[in-house]
Amino acid sequence: MPVYYTKEHEWVKIEGNVATVGITEFAAHQLGDITFVELPKTGKSVKQFEVLCAIESVKAASDIYAPVSGKVMSVNEALENTPEIVNESAEEAAWMACLEMADPAEVGKLMTRAQYDEYLKGL
Amino acid sequence: MELIYEKSVAGRRGVRLPASDVPPAAELPSQYLRSVDTTLPELSELDVVRHFTQLSRRNIGVDSTFYPLGSCTMKYNAKALEEAARLFAPFHPVTPLLPGGERHAQGGLAMLHQMGGFLAEITGMDEVTCQPLAGAHGEMTGIMLIAAYHKAKGNRKKYVIVPDSSHGTNPASAAMVGYEIITIPTAPYGDMDLDAFRAALTDEVAAVMMTCPNTLGLFNPHIKEICDLAHAKGALVYYDGANLNAILGQVRPGDVGFDVVHVNLHKTFGTPHGSGGPGSGPVGVKKELIPFLPVPRVVKAADNRFTLMTDAPQSIGRTANYFGNFGVMAKAYAYILMLGREGLIEVSELAVLNANYVMSRLKDLYELPYDQTCMHECVFSASRQLQHDVHAIDIAKFLIDKGYHPPTVYFPLIVREAIMIEPTETESKETLDAFIAVMREAALLAGTDPDALKKAPLTTPVGRLDETKAAREQNVCYFGC
Amino acid sequence: MSFTPHTPGEIREMLDAIGVGSIKELFGPIPQELRAKSFDLPAGMSEFEMLDRIKGLAVDNGCELLSFIGGGYYDHLIPAVVDHLAGRSEFYTAYTPYQPECSQGSLQALFEYQTAICRLTGLDVSNASLYDGGTALAEAAMMALRVTGRSRIVIDGAVNPFHRSVVKTYLANLAVDIVELPPVDGLLDRQALTAELDDRCAAVLVQNPTAFGCVADYGDLADAVHASGALLVASVYPISLGMLKSPAEMGVDIAVGDGQSLGNHLSFGGPAFGFIAAKKQYIRNLPGRIVGETVDKEGRRGFVLTLQAREQHIKRHKATSNICSNQSLCALRGLIFLSGIGREGLRELARLNRDKAEYAKGLLAKVKGVAVLSSAPTFNEFTIALPKPADEVVAALLERGIAAGIPLGQYYQGAENCLVVTVTEKRTRAEIERLAAELEGVLWS
Repeated sequence: MPVYYTKEHEWVKIEGNVATVGITEFAAHQLGDITFVELPKTGKSVKQFEVLCAIESVKAASDIYAPVSGKVMSVNEALENTPEIVNESAEEAAWMACLEMADPAEVGKLMTRAQYDEYLKGL
Repeated sequence: MELIYEKSVAGRRGVRLPASDVPPAAELPSQYLRSVDTTLPELSELDVVRHFTQLSRRNIGVDSTFYPLGSCTMKYNAKALEEAARLFAPFHPVTPLLPGGERHAQGGLAMLHQMGGFLAEITGMDEVTCQPLAGAHGEMTGIMLIAAYHKAKGNRKKYVIVPDSSHGTNPASAAMVGYEIITIPTAPYGDMDLDAFRAALTDEVAAVMMTCPNTLGLFNPHIKEICDLAHAKGALVYYDGANLNAILGQVRPGDVGFDVVHVNLHKTFGTPHGSGGPGSGPVGVKKELIPFLPVPRVVKAADNRFTLMTDAPQSIGRTANYFGNFGVMAKAYAYILMLGREGLIEVSELAVLNANYVMSRLKDLYELPYDQTCMHECVFSASRQLQHDVHAIDIAKFLIDKGYHPPTVYFPLIVREAIMIEPTETESKETLDAFIAVMREAALLAGTDPDALKKAPLTTPVGRLDETKAAREQNVCYFGC
Repeated sequence: MSFTPHTPGEIREMLDAIGVGSIKELFGPIPQELRAKSFDLPAGMSEFEMLDRIKGLAVDNGCELLSFIGGGYYDHLIPAVVDHLAGRSEFYTAYTPYQPECSQGSLQALFEYQTAICRLTGLDVSNASLYDGGTALAEAAMMALRVTGRSRIVIDGAVNPFHRSVVKTYLANLAVDIVELPPVDGLLDRQALTAELDDRCAAVLVQNPTAFGCVADYGDLADAVHASGALLVASVYPISLGMLKSPAEMGVDIAVGDGQSLGNHLSFGGPAFGFIAAKKQYIRNLPGRIVGETVDKEGRRGFVLTLQAREQHIKRHKATSNICSNQSLCALRGLIFLSGIGREGLRELARLNRDKAEYAKGLLAKVKGVAVLSSAPTFNEFTIALPKPADEVVAALLERGIAAGIPLGQYYQGAENCLVVTVTEKRTRAEIERLAAELEGVLWS
């Protein structure tokens, strides 16, 4: 399954027209110990690169942007009470939301893993 | 240390109340009565005195030690100010609002009026309201005044511009008044990027909020140009007075072109911070904004008596219960009386001298991202110490062990590993020298024995606390006995 | 004088170290044309002269009056321990406790304060204080707007008029409707409220006791408010909570109030503090600072400012509020007051207030032409209807050295003859009897 990345350090895994979204290990490390994930509401529609939800650590708050446009189908409720999953498994267990993708062509504006790794080196 | 609730002993009594001299009233019907006890602590008066005395010993204030907390102006709080405020303790705020009541409140109203006059002269504004209860409250009041002004003029405005170096209260206050925020980055020269500012400045901008000197402690040489550019687009310019201590008697925001200004009495005018408040945030405005000021407003009548204007058709209304944090104003008023014109000018001179002295004595060991003459505070970065894995926070905690309150760290956000030092004018050269010596020791230890910094503090009742646990568990109320 | 310790020699040494010739040079970055055009202030003076001058202003402020005024700020006894302990400079000359290891005193005290507010209101969580009761009510309204995502606030007209006015000011520039329900007999118009409870209503704001002094039980209201998806917000008078049903027992979601009555001087209106408490699920929407419990590496209990990511210094324009400085020292006074008075003491204090007020109510009701406005029970404040405009009566009684209460004509249409009288534990039987006699005199002689 293809996984793409954004400059704001979100990842998105594409399975058919379902896009699963989370933040990268790099982002999780930068934020430090995550204390709260403000999950989006199911049914909410977002456009690509608009705010999807938010995440907080002790000393930082950060918006999470939608890598692709779509409608929120489900959210990872486990994060509500155990936000530390983001620190333990940012790119696997700590997925945040599944979107019903509106336009598969939008992935063209995202980075591949190799491109993202290159992008991180430049930071 | 035990909580006061853990010291409670069932049946123990503290302060005794006067005996009743009236017959007992009939009980209220039970539907109105509480059935769950308050479970307040039960202690003797001495228990209470010991508890809070012990707590106070786990705290430090300006009276205890040097407190160079950047952006907070922790100057000495003169003791006579406390006495001045105490004189007004018994006065009820509703008295002047009663029919015929103004006559019984002339002293208090006179002080409010004179205080407004002093602050108007100090800031170069035309009129001042003392109602806002803290700096952020002043910002919100000021932006409300700006919104009312634009509304009255029929201007359609949507945005407020703030530099990224601003205090968080600036964007938060403008957002409370319903504006969208445009953030302008800081240019390499340490001030708001002028080109980015010009590009963002459209007819839809209601206000530009500036802190000058800014949170890097730098005076923006383009400040007048910024005011002029904003005015040309029909925007008003807001002066965040958090750093007024740097320019007392040197520059007046009103002369520069600012339309609205707030003053932090608890910073510039020597009133104590009380572990986080009370503050006081009077707001000064130019003529055009006077009709929108909050009510009640103190005005001087033709017969030289003071009255309250409660009905002003264009006023934004009340922003607080009464006339502001009057007790804090009494202290600031006393401060201005004692210092007088010359004393206030001396404040900014020696505050700037102290900050530049500290900066000059530390910049060989600490990175100074904006290396130029500073105003009342200087901002270093612990970036050089980072190579030894020593962070700003480690240096801060080491300073606690050495008996100091640390400077502000990690603010402004635009400086990595920021260490923001504001010595204030009331500190002596030997105090600064001793502090400088400890800061230099910390810089050397970062290279030779970083653990000595990373383990600090060791002398405090508790070591570094687990803030993640606190945020995740959210135990904000004691549920035990 | 400016409390600066520098000698000319030291200034010279410091300038040399900096490498400039004069202090003036340090102000070099400031363009000449921006220099102050005027700085016309009086010459300085010693603290003794200053205090003499301020003493001149501190007379003639109604202190000599026999006072029956309340209206949100109440003249209560303040035990000596409050001034003494809050006057310890480790508390009052400290800043916000951003460095917890050297601020455990303030932090633990604020945690204990939060606990006291929770115990008084019965609610789960409290912040570390707000500015005052009016702004606390406005913050509660904004909190309800955020929580519900709705856009209308319904406020009982029997809420303190000053507080209502602050709420209106705060909400004036937001896309929010405010519906104010005219009170009936000093209480909420419950019928009118029912019509307002729809899917746009974010919160219903009530007060107990009301601005007329009437004690209410909103217990039966909470279900209807919650059924409509709105929050119930109540402003309460903390001294009354020694006796009256707590907000939690009434199903209130957010409780606020003025903390002045807890050990803070009237001081012409401030500083005192506002409090806010809520059900646990709303903790992330609380405005302002919150202290939380945690441990250090050795497992020792300690306290820190927590959930700071909600606040302006981190979240900037997306913060739950713009508040930064709060009223910590006043909240500390509140805690010391409650600790000194204690559990049984607060109950006794509440009883004493009600006993005195009931005595006064009975006496004033016997004055010819005077009637008690509402049959609702009252606490330490009640409204009487006079046979002539209350403004005239109050002005006449002021001439006789009595501040008899707050006339309501200014705040409520058709209430020109109504007067709210407040009787705290500080008023003696003789003083109450003097009020009744002088009122009779003013009305009929």
